[in-house]
Amino acid sequence: MTDLSINAPREYEPTFGDYFALLKPRVMSLVVFTALVGLLVAPGSLHAVEIFAAILFIALGAGASGALNMWYDADIDAMMRRTAKRPVPSGRVEPGEALAIGLALSGISVVMLGLATNFFAAALLAFTIFFYAVIYSMWLKRSTPHNIVIGGAAGAFPPMIGWAAVTGDVSMASVLMFALIFMWTPPHFWALALFTKSDYGDANVPMLTVTHGRDTTRRHILGYTVAVALVAIGLALTPVGGPVTLVAALVLNALFLKGAVAIWRRDDAAAEADNYLVEKKFFRLSLYYLFLHFAALVADAAVRGVMA
Amino acid sequence: MMRVTHELHERRKSRNVGLGLTLAGFVVVILALTMVKVTRGDPMQAFDHVVRPEMEATK
Repeated sequence: MTDLSINAPREYEPTFGDYFALLKPRVMSLVVFTALVGLLVAPGSLHAVEIFAAILFIALGAGASGALNMWYDADIDAMMRRTAKRPVPSGRVEPGEALAIGLALSGISVVMLGLATNFFAAALLAFTIFFYAVIYSMWLKRSTPHNIVIGGAAGAFPPMIGWAAVTGDVSMASVLMFALIFMWTPPHFWALALFTKSDYGDANVPMLTVTHGRDTTRRHILGYTVAVALVAIGLALTPVGGPVTLVAALVLNALFLKGAVAIWRRDDAAAEADNYLVEKKFFRLSLYYLFLHFAALVADAAVRGVMA
Repeated sequence: MMRVTHELHERRKSRNVGLGLTLAGFVVVILALTMVKVTRGDPMQAFDHVVRPEMEATK
């Protein structure tokens, strides 16, 4: 008997771009930026080639965890408009391929970061990949409405890894850079969840908007915004902060708090009336918020460099 | 008669070129890292090029 099934042609041959899309390039850009800031503001210095290699392998590690996430979440990604076109749910890449790429890149990125810088930074990267792929994707995302809060930790590690790549340790400044992204993530995503309301419910992902209602979500956005403001001011007062960071923290957090209070004070009827204008504005501001905070840290480091 | 080129070939070509460039880039990064580390004169061992300050004392 002859079985030719293993030679059966695939309906779709993936391109290089399909595989690259597994690495979530847009998320990677945030990782590259925050890790670079961690590297630049840390005391000590690396050769430009080492900085490039460190950033490359931190980004690759983040991409690997993205591929593992897409492998595991293909079932729920297929149900949401925002994610249905990803390579695995759309059928362009086989789930097994996404898993293999994720595992291979995880190993390569961790070992190479260790060789390029130090193994403490590599261990932090390994933990980040484990945290995002196993703790967040496989466990918390589907089981608790605090999924975003805890999952945010995975996105918060890159500046800490960048810092560790230079110094080989953890400090108050690097913990506060972590805390800034960690506390920023919930208001950022919950604002998005408020105006893309039906998607997470369709996929049975326990978003706070679905499990505890939208008014509770609005209160939580305000709570975390107050917390992130305190962290931002604290970061400005550490040795990596300075006048630029302090001014940026005061201005950005005043704007962020103003937006959070506006979200908290209104209900869904008011939001429906203007097509979630306030929530969308807050979400947009949250993108600038993080970028400008980290840019301010680099500006202060440059000022210190010039003064020295 | 078989067509000489097919969309399938384009896709395979994209994969092959992409992978080839990625591997070439990887080789360049390793080479550059090696050159930086071995020419700096830090105390390190050949198998991993990780700086080991503790070796300084045994010089």
